[in-house]
Amino acid sequence: MEAAHAHNGHGHGAHGHHYSGLMRWITTTNHKDIGTLYLFFALTMFFVGGLLALMLRAELFEPGLQFWRPEFFNQLTTMHGLIMVFGAIMPAFVGFANWQVPMMIGAPDMAFARMNNWSFWLLPVGAILLVASFFVPGGATAAGWTIYAPLSTQMGPGMDLAIFALHIMGASSIMGSINIITTILNMRAPGMALMKMPLFVWTWLITAYLLIAVMPVLAGAVTMVLTDRHFGTNFFNAAGGGDPVLFQHVFWFFGHPEVYIMILPGFGIVSQIVPTFARKPLFGYSSMVYATASIAILSFIVWAHHMFTVGMPAVAQLFFMYATMLIAVPTGVKVFNWIATMWKGSLTFETPMLFACGFIFVFSMGGFTGLVLAITPVDIQLQDTYYVVAHFHYVLVAGSLFALFGGTYYWLPKWIGRMYDETLGKWHFWLSMIFFNITFFPMHFTGLAGLPRRVPDYNMQFADFNMISTIGAFGFGLAQLIFVYVLVKAIRGAGEKVSDKVWEGADGLEWTLPSPPPYHTFETPPLVK
Amino acid sequence: MVSQQSQTNQQTLVKLLLVAVLMFGFGFAMVPFYRALCDALGLNSVVKPDAVANTQVDAGRLLTVEFDTNLRSDLPWTFTAVEKSVRIHPGALTQVTFEIRNRSDRPVTGQAIPSFGPQLAGRYFKKLDCFCFTQQTLAPGEARRMPVVFVVEPGLPQDVNTVTLSYTFFEVEGKNGKDG
Repeated sequence: MEAAHAHNGHGHGAHGHHYSGLMRWITTTNHKDIGTLYLFFALTMFFVGGLLALMLRAELFEPGLQFWRPEFFNQLTTMHGLIMVFGAIMPAFVGFANWQVPMMIGAPDMAFARMNNWSFWLLPVGAILLVASFFVPGGATAAGWTIYAPLSTQMGPGMDLAIFALHIMGASSIMGSINIITTILNMRAPGMALMKMPLFVWTWLITAYLLIAVMPVLAGAVTMVLTDRHFGTNFFNAAGGGDPVLFQHVFWFFGHPEVYIMILPGFGIVSQIVPTFARKPLFGYSSMVYATASIAILSFIVWAHHMFTVGMPAVAQLFFMYATMLIAVPTGVKVFNWIATMWKGSLTFETPMLFACGFIFVFSMGGFTGLVLAITPVDIQLQDTYYVVAHFHYVLVAGSLFALFGGTYYWLPKWIGRMYDETLGKWHFWLSMIFFNITFFPMHFTGLAGLPRRVPDYNMQFADFNMISTIGAFGFGLAQLIFVYVLVKAIRGAGEKVSDKVWEGADGLEWTLPSPPPYHTFETPPLVK
Repeated sequence: MVSQQSQTNQQTLVKLLLVAVLMFGFGFAMVPFYRALCDALGLNSVVKPDAVANTQVDAGRLLTVEFDTNLRSDLPWTFTAVEKSVRIHPGALTQVTFEIRNRSDRPVTGQAIPSFGPQLAGRYFKKLDCFCFTQQTLAPGEARRMPVVFVVEPGLPQDVNTVTLSYTFFEVEGKNGKDG
């Protein structure tokens, strides 16, 4: 007991006496508090990014320019992407890791509690820099979330703010990842062998390694942009012997692992939910682990499929095409394992399971369009069209976001000790699912017909489909208010009290704790058999 | 036991930080690696002399080569092609002249980057000599006439009758004491 206490080191001092009110949250080193902070931060940024998306869709409701100047439209697309990726999806998954990883492996807290506090509180700073960049001369960066040179080497001070925001958020991610890896490697309860870890922990372990490997590369890329802008270097400046295409290589070396960073923990969450509601153990546990690891390793050798049109040799195009298609194998293993887990299970469809099934269904569709785009000649035709937009929203919204929703409904009763409103949860799922498809399914058609992305105006022929997309987008946005209502209602204690196990079929250390779990848990490590 | 846990954690922290620092370095290491790879694969060779394999002149075919000159807006030069266009036979060695003048009162260094219309013509357009192979530095008010020697290979697809060679001069910042 004493031992478990003290090894929190300096972190322990902070919870000797509790601050109350705001100071509690600013100074907290408790993994549950920090998890909560991450999740609320992510939710806030989700609505900021969502608002930007609705501003985009409003402009695209009809052809012609209605609301925004084209420059501002480009700022909206850019900031929507940056905020959703770095402000909403990634912090949300880190929030889940903070709450769940220590509880799932039987650790008392994260390995470096003080650093954990730091890695969270850097995020609002980065977010403020990003949002503030709308108000500097020239506005926010409009180079797209990929901030390709030479656009990004030319823009106004908004670009500099975005670069600093990326530096800060990258530092936050790296610290968070170091914490997660150290916790998982060194602080598992006795008997919790690596191959006994819940899959959510496995996926986060692998994701954290990806983050440590690629966030520094992004930091390097944006640093090069910064020195090109202000200090006379010529990394990407063709006139000085640099090459803008080099930026794309460096960026996507980060960018492709990054897209798996945003989906692997989602796989982990779904792999926790499906067995619970199928009341069967996960089918093919070890193959799930190996599939996750293969996806992570393959993610380092496929980056150039984002840039088939830069004029690379045919042999390179073929390599990146086949390597990309190879990823379908481990991903397929995962999808089939989930389905096999459901096979002959006694299934019930509570909200978390609905989101998990929705995830499997819609994510697979996004996976298939990804395979279509992996084919070089097809990609050359479709690059920078709405087909690509449809593809990555199918994997990111219906993939990562639905997994996050599912995870929230799954673990929220554990976190707060009370059940959420199941009826409203189901409404949230079905409305999200329907409006998501109304928004993004037509984009496949407009993309195939050649509608370019990131343009505020379009030809009359695309008017109907764009109108449908916009209606869907507003419906999707409104459906998310149900989620907020469900959260508020549950947190204020409206639901009935739940048992420790919450879900009949749930399995894992976190379900052995009371609901809600006490502030400090597993100070004496549990014994895992 | 107690300090052992935190010591193990510290060791893991140091190792992982090292990985992060190495990967930061790796990002920068991609720059020379990319250049070496492009050289090895013959990519990005627009500002290097080309080797001409076949100088057989196709006298039966006439081709218009147009010249276009551009300045990135912040470069205080004038840049003109002495010949606006030439009519040539594919395979024939041709020389044309361009002129640059520095309109400012400071020395300025520029680098020209060629591009071709239609794009595929670039593959058949071989430059033996070009001012774009080096950076050009002009003293205040200085003017310079510069040759371009080229061959358009006869393999150029038959449906291409006009090739536009477009040069854009970019200022090389950080030279001549002007900060970036």
